[in-house]
Amino acid sequence: MIALEARPEASRALALASPALAIVLTLLASAALIAALGRDPLSALHVYFVSPFLDGYSRAEILVKATPLALMGAGLAISFRANVWNIGAAGQYTLGALAAGAVALAAPEARSALWLAPYLAAGVAGGMLWAAAPALLRTRFGANEILVSLMLTYVAGLLLDWLVRGPWRSPLSFGFPQSRDFAEAFVLPVILDGTRLHVGAPAALLIAAALALLMARTLRGFSVRVIGASPRAGAFAGFGESGTVWFALLLSGGLAGLAGAIEVGAVIGKIQPDIGASAGFTAIIVAFLGRLNPLGAVLGALVLAVSVIGGENAQILLKLPKNVTGVFQGMLLFFLLACDVLIRWRVVWRRKGAA
Amino acid sequence: MTLESASAPPGRTGEPLLDVRGVSKRFGAVTAVDDVTFSIRAGERHALLGENGAGKSTVVKMIYGSLQPTAGGFAWRGEPVSIASPAAARAMGVGMVHQHFSVFEALTVAENVALALPREPMAALARRIREVSASYGLAIDPERSMHALSVGEKQRVEIIRCLLQQPKLLIMDEPTSVLTPQEAEALFVVLRRLSDEGCAVLYISHRLEEVRALCSAATILRRGSVVARCDPREMTARALAEAMIGAGVGAVERTPAPAPGPVRLALRGLTLPASDPFGMALRDVSLEARGGEVLAVAGVAGEGQSELFAALSGEARSAASMVEIDGRPAGALGPTARRLLGAAFAPEERNGHAAVGEMRLSENLALSHHAVAGLARGGALGRLLGGWIDWRAARAWSARVREAFDVRGGGEDPQARSLSGGNLQKFVIGREILREPGVLVVNQPTWGVDAGAAAAIRTALVRLARAGAAVVVVSQDLDEIFEIADRIAVMRRGALAPAAPTAEMTAERLGVLMGGADAAEAAA
Amino acid sequence: MEPFLISVMIAATPFLFAATGELVAERSGVLNLGLEGMMLMGAVTAFAATSATGSHLLGALAGAGAGVAMALVFAVLAISLMANQAATGLALTIFGIGASGLVGQPFIGQPLDSLAKLPVWDATALTRVITGHDPMTYLALAMAGGVAWFLYRTRAGLALRAVGDSHGSAHALGLPVTATRYAAVLFGGAMAGLGGAYISIAYTPMWGENMTAGRGWIALALVVFATWRPGRLVAGAYLFAAVTQAQFYGQALAIPSQFLAMAPYLATIAALVVISRDKALTRANAPACLGRPFRPDR
Repeated sequence: MIALEARPEASRALALASPALAIVLTLLASAALIAALGRDPLSALHVYFVSPFLDGYSRAEILVKATPLALMGAGLAISFRANVWNIGAAGQYTLGALAAGAVALAAPEARSALWLAPYLAAGVAGGMLWAAAPALLRTRFGANEILVSLMLTYVAGLLLDWLVRGPWRSPLSFGFPQSRDFAEAFVLPVILDGTRLHVGAPAALLIAAALALLMARTLRGFSVRVIGASPRAGAFAGFGESGTVWFALLLSGGLAGLAGAIEVGAVIGKIQPDIGASAGFTAIIVAFLGRLNPLGAVLGALVLAVSVIGGENAQILLKLPKNVTGVFQGMLLFFLLACDVLIRWRVVWRRKGAA
Repeated sequence: MTLESASAPPGRTGEPLLDVRGVSKRFGAVTAVDDVTFSIRAGERHALLGENGAGKSTVVKMIYGSLQPTAGGFAWRGEPVSIASPAAARAMGVGMVHQHFSVFEALTVAENVALALPREPMAALARRIREVSASYGLAIDPERSMHALSVGEKQRVEIIRCLLQQPKLLIMDEPTSVLTPQEAEALFVVLRRLSDEGCAVLYISHRLEEVRALCSAATILRRGSVVARCDPREMTARALAEAMIGAGVGAVERTPAPAPGPVRLALRGLTLPASDPFGMALRDVSLEARGGEVLAVAGVAGEGQSELFAALSGEARSAASMVEIDGRPAGALGPTARRLLGAAFAPEERNGHAAVGEMRLSENLALSHHAVAGLARGGALGRLLGGWIDWRAARAWSARVREAFDVRGGGEDPQARSLSGGNLQKFVIGREILREPGVLVVNQPTWGVDAGAAAAIRTALVRLARAGAAVVVVSQDLDEIFEIADRIAVMRRGALAPAAPTAEMTAERLGVLMGGADAAEAAA
Repeated sequence: MEPFLISVMIAATPFLFAATGELVAERSGVLNLGLEGMMLMGAVTAFAATSATGSHLLGALAGAGAGVAMALVFAVLAISLMANQAATGLALTIFGIGASGLVGQPFIGQPLDSLAKLPVWDATALTRVITGHDPMTYLALAMAGGVAWFLYRTRAGLALRAVGDSHGSAHALGLPVTATRYAAVLFGGAMAGLGGAYISIAYTPMWGENMTAGRGWIALALVVFATWRPGRLVAGAYLFAAVTQAQFYGQALAIPSQFLAMAPYLATIAALVVISRDKALTRANAPACLGRPFRPDR
């Protein structure tokens, strides 16, 4: 009989090996799924996980896709570490995009790159505002932040829908629900000619590194880790739980808002019904894949970005449904959670009866 | 009524009831119980003696079927049996009253009992609970909610739950550790009557006087093995203690209290509503602890000690004037500010309150030292980040604590949860003492800790006081209190009786204060 | 008023199914945030089975089975492997959204007969409101009543509450903690599957991606709102359904439809706040072991 036995100390090596093992298991399960859909699994996996690397443009696209995932994943990593379950990053992303979009649409003639400052600040503020609601309701009334942040995601989606179909609809869009194109000042500078790779990508890496440093070396980071592991020990240490809830939600919400602002500015260039907010849910997987470490989240974002681009390629080349990507992502998180058992427990074989 | 005056139990030679035959239990690499053999006769009151960590609880969990032995087995009335589950043990005729009661706070008394008696209709059960409680003098109302009961009452529920199953063997795991002396005496009456009726009692304890007064046979465990079998009535307490603890464990060094120093910690009419629906409100608590003394706060569990500790440590805030540290109002301050005033605290719960199990010792050191040991420096990034933590200094501090308090186990900087209970407790107490605080408040400093570690911790507490600090020890362990306290105050129902010098206190008087009016009546 | 109340009766049904199942799981101490994913899988499976067999009964059973299969994945991870329950529930939802979209792709735009309704008893306004619905509407109510009876009137229900209150004590007494939790979670899965099935084969007989539109999450909030009591849960389900239906009557007010559609989500937040601010109500009723994994020493 297979049984689990507690390790005296959590294994650091397995904490790092677990994501790799989960990715391998996901690939195997995906191959089986694709075979079940009647396609050749090897060529499909090639399209999914190799084709995104084959040319320079695609490689840059990986980084483009990874940027919002890394920003949100890094914020969520810290939030989850604090045991604050912000699962409304998609809504905060939307609000960030809308707040930044409001700045952009108010300045249709903007040329100076200085405009980016209020634009990005508005994005951060929008995300923070949307995250402040669950923070306030949890610290003040004890309302569950999971449900509040998620409900607000639906509200944010409806707000976006109203704006693009109503007040913000462009007169030049032939009735399509979309805003006017943003002025050039709001498009983040491209750093690699011939691609869409913009300054947001290195900025996301820098932000994640700074957050990793914050978690490891500052008292604020330490207090987040303590309260996440044990609120009572946090109270004993003199760290306020409310402060940590606010910090975690404002940080992760602000980063999600920033991601939204960057994405509509650099990649989309206007407000439309689909601005890629579902990345807010993908970022949950990114945070776990990155071991709830902000720098780990960057690696996690790259892995997920490959699967997203591979999924788009597979849709075009193999006519595989786009939902296959969602199934991959769900399976990846399942396998990851299962593999994480190995960090704290050893699998042992026991004779029946002696168990 | 004291233990000494209790009548000696009648010697009896019943049929062999339970044979424990060469039982061992290993958890991974750790051998908790090693080849233990002993035998209990019908109607016998048999003690299983041993220090914390000697393996007593593991042995009885195997007898009750909640753990399975790695080697060896049991015989019941001479027939080999395997005890696969607690239900199997109950079916055989074994009942158990757990040390940490296995009761359900959200359910009623009758529902708690019903869970062990799945075939009994609820209506009939309530009637039988009333019958048994009347016949054994264990007053309890079956309709009451469990969380509204006192600790002693909860124990009664567990005993009634066992009695309704008409057990042949009743296991009592450290039953008096939560009782007042008077409640303990009432329990002994019940246990004597049960054994007179033919039910054997396996009595687990580390309290020698109790065992000598109650039991006619004893098996003594040390580090998982049987080291002696005896009739405790024929042994001195000292001989029993030596068998139990082994050589080399010194007594607590205790010097006489010096002349009273200045008041270093004062509570002035501290009143706080309960923050938790199951919690206890603090009512007008006043107290003055002086430099040089050890002041004990006694009381049975759940009378407001956790709430008092939180109000002292700053985890719960009150009006500023209600708590004073070295003459400065501190009631409105949080733990960090109180530490900066020279106070230090060590909570009862090692894992999850005093320490975080998954974190390393250096990180656990920073829990209470981030402000006072200069670990967080240069708040250049402002209040938001609280400054940079100097982990090297934290590791150095942590190493000094481990050195000074002989904290063993687990390499350079181990995770807290890899340490044994005694070693982790030495760390969390030592962490505070090494700071040389002016005021130290500790809650249950030696709960579940082996004798050697307990003596070391108690000695260090007394030494800190003698060096001029005010040391407040919240404890439910009367032996500990009499061993180290200069004055004793008793907590009951969220209120604190005035402190009296230890010399003027007897266990009996303390018990009356701990149990309140009910106990006074019972004792009269 | 009558059409409104009739629509509330119907709209409450998916909430009743899903929240009743979740209530049982949470009472045993397991928080399954994967309701939305289980409902979606139930919806798509029920739709596929009904259109393949023509039998709504088989469709509903298939939906329940899909919910159980999803719940089994959750149970293995969260109960046996002690994975974080919140994370596992999120994974279940993410997986469910993707997998239901994948499975359901061929069915998009396909018509389906709605589940037949029982005859109306046209005696009074009251009978016209409460009779004449499909059988699943009554099944949902009966299940909520059955769960109340089970929890408070049977020994197995008592044992389930005990496991949720203190798994350590339950184990020490010899109650089967793990088996109880598995059973509760799988029951929750079956009920979520039925809730999803109701949406796709009775409420709006069609399949569309993400068609549960957050009802699983609202059902989770409903359990909190009901303070883990089946009676209050029934009342809460009708209240929430009334809010969702009221939006269709607000269009006369010239408010943009998007703002009306926000109503159920905002009402959920308001309900959570109202109930959570009363600590005595939530703390004293919440299962003490909710969300905490259990592992016995062996």
